[in-house]
Amino acid sequence: MSYLGIVITYVFIQNFILVQFMGLCPFIGVSKNSESAIGMGVAVTFVTAITSAVCWGVSHLLLTPFGLDYLQTIAYILVIAALVQLVEMVIRKMSPGLYQALGIYLPLITTNCAVLGIAVINADNGYNLLESFVAGLSAGLGFTMAIILMSNIREKLEMTPVRKVFRGVPIAFISAGLMALAFMMFDKSLLTNLGLV
Amino acid sequence: MSVVIAFLIVGILGLILGFGLAVAEKKLAVEKDPKLVALESSMPGANCGGCGFAGCQAYAEAVFNGTAAPGLCSPGGEALARKMGEILGVEVELKEKMTAFVFCRGGSEVTKTDYIYKGMADCNAAALLQGGPSGCKEGCLHLGSCISVCPVGAIGRDEKGNIVVDKEKCIACGKCVSVCPNHVIKLIPYSLEWVCACNNHEPGGKVRKTCQVGCIGCKMCETKVDGSPFAVEAFLSSNDWNKDQSTAEKAAEICPQKCIVRRS
Repeated sequence: MSYLGIVITYVFIQNFILVQFMGLCPFIGVSKNSESAIGMGVAVTFVTAITSAVCWGVSHLLLTPFGLDYLQTIAYILVIAALVQLVEMVIRKMSPGLYQALGIYLPLITTNCAVLGIAVINADNGYNLLESFVAGLSAGLGFTMAIILMSNIREKLEMTPVRKVFRGVPIAFISAGLMALAFMMFDKSLLTNLGLV
Repeated sequence: MSVVIAFLIVGILGLILGFGLAVAEKKLAVEKDPKLVALESSMPGANCGGCGFAGCQAYAEAVFNGTAAPGLCSPGGEALARKMGEILGVEVELKEKMTAFVFCRGGSEVTKTDYIYKGMADCNAAALLQGGPSGCKEGCLHLGSCISVCPVGAIGRDEKGNIVVDKEKCIACGKCVSVCPNHVIKLIPYSLEWVCACNNHEPGGKVRKTCQVGCIGCKMCETKVDGSPFAVEAFLSSNDWNKDQSTAEKAAEICPQKCIVRRS
């Protein structure tokens, strides 16, 4: 598959949030305002891109040569946890405001299944280093796009008269479901039609 | 052998990452004001949110930045307020410790029951069904949502099954106050002794029909006792704790419904 094909696949066709339903926790938790949504998106994109590359390295240089493929999950989680810690330190240093806004969701990127998900998907698809990196980057971009769209919807929802029982998270989930429905229009035939397969 | 290799590989990987993080921590360390560090470490760490901030750290920062006053932390109480004042070098205005109190002594024995509720053991769920199974729509529902939400386990039941707050354990975080659908739980000063333990605002005749221990709004406590701290508003008596409490006991004696009670 070409690089453009990988990008389109992970941003639209296999969008992590709206099609594969991974990483819903920060998607609902941090999408209350668009500023922190962008911050979260960038942080996740950074983590997914770097993890994809590093995990490829760990898997091909450490695990496979020693026949330790069964340790994949543990090794990946190690890498992800360390990277998230690093991202946390960087954000704390660079932007205390963003650090405050992201709050508990920042360390929770560790347990964001989108991050482990992209690493495992890369390994399953047998991507090379660059393909893994591009897949990770576009998975993050897809996440960012979804969370920014969601935050804008939720900012509008704040101003809308919503019935008390639906106010807050329930209406957010309903909106997310409708968005996911809309994303069903992207499927594999898109790639074929664009001649990217 | 393969076990050893697996052990080594993961161990080495962990070591490298850990070492990298240690280096990054040093390089990216954020200098904090020692005062802020002192404030943060003196917080009780319950993260109850009773101060109105997201947690202990958020409150410590707000105090440090001057956007919040020290002494809002109820778990820390006076001692913490003083300590925070010391750290910041400012005078601290002390406010009285508040504790939660359940303004209802009704129960299946003394209060009429409208129907038998067999749903989820949750007050908010029960309140959705015609305001709950109890005949009194403003009283305690006895399902104990407040018990499960209390972060310090200060809320329990007495021998009659009524819900009571242990005022020694209560940290006044306000979680039970906000979870109660009937707003039966309110915060009152720790030292307040006599309270009208009822939350029903209905006229006396209606209250008499539903509950034997409800306040009927007869105003006896207000008018028959000179300098009484009690005042009746919307058919419900309440103790104004800013007033002199010396005649409160007399008011309790005079109360025909005996709903003015001494806090345990």
